[in-house]
Amino acid sequence: MSGTQEKLSVSLWRGGKDGRYQTYAVPRRESQTVLDVVTFVQRHLDPTLSYRFACRVGVCGSCAMTVNGKPRWTCRTHVEKVAGSGRLQIGPLENLPVIKDLTADMELFFVKWQRAKGVFAPSQTRHDAIAQIRPDTPARAAADAAIECINCGVCYAGCDTVRWNSNYLGPAALTRAWTLVNDERDGGNAARLQAVAADGGCHSCHSHQSCHELCPQTLNPTAAIAGLKRRTAAAYLKGDIKT
Amino acid sequence: MNVQLYVWQRATAAVMAPLVLGHIAIIFYATRQDLTAADILARTHGSVLWASYYGLFVAAASIHASIGVRNVLTEWSPLDERRAGLFAILLGVLLALLGLHAIVALVLT
Repeated sequence: MSGTQEKLSVSLWRGGKDGRYQTYAVPRRESQTVLDVVTFVQRHLDPTLSYRFACRVGVCGSCAMTVNGKPRWTCRTHVEKVAGSGRLQIGPLENLPVIKDLTADMELFFVKWQRAKGVFAPSQTRHDAIAQIRPDTPARAAADAAIECINCGVCYAGCDTVRWNSNYLGPAALTRAWTLVNDERDGGNAARLQAVAADGGCHSCHSHQSCHELCPQTLNPTAAIAGLKRRTAAAYLKGDIKT
Repeated sequence: MNVQLYVWQRATAAVMAPLVLGHIAIIFYATRQDLTAADILARTHGSVLWASYYGLFVAAASIHASIGVRNVLTEWSPLDERRAGLFAILLGVLLALLGLHAIVALVLT
């Protein structure tokens, strides 16, 4: 590369909650991802930069950051797609506490996953026969809602309701709950429906659909949450769950 | 918002939808027929039907609005859910009293 190579102006969040953006000049390269840019800064300009990544191929869900105002998975976001002006501003995910620089604290995200009873509750033992699930049933199709979720936190960071109501469980946890509600093998639905029907649960969703728009896996959490609203309302009217 | 409030808010919305259309139709009728306030009061005086129609409207609107305001306060004000709920109940009672006051004026005067 020559010395006249085109440069990107990259502002990265540095520090904790009271930090600030610091600007770096990063060489622009063909097929460059946002994660490549962050990695370049850490490897060549400032080794104290903290950020999180693992697989680099869109599987692990650990590299999500706020890129030019929107939460994105940085390993699969090409610079040319988001930085037409040659400028990038990269910060930690919003709606989560910042630990340092570009790393957000994901604890609350996963605590809410558990609050929504997002853990599979077995209804059989290893001594029972393997459950036979027909792939063409409506419940099995609905269970696809969160199977491809990589827990990157993009939907949570982009959700207006999470921003306004810190008690709200968020799109990822509720979509996971909807998948388990439709899993015929699961035996925990009474507690799960009760959990997602409480204050801060699925009925807090305003259906803004930011989660659907931003999800890197093109999942539709809004539709899953709408399913939970219908299912919990029916259970409430039948007296199966209380408030 | 929880499932109980969700069900009440949707149910009251379903009740209000036809009542709103009826109310608009009544307004068009009254203006096209050049009815004066005295003409209207003469027709509504002592009417159980009009009292029931607008009584249901007031009850549904009071419940619906107070649940919505509770949600707005929870998200946009420093109030927690319990305090927002108390404020919303007070608002609902106020709306119901104002509405009932209007109905009494419509039917008993």
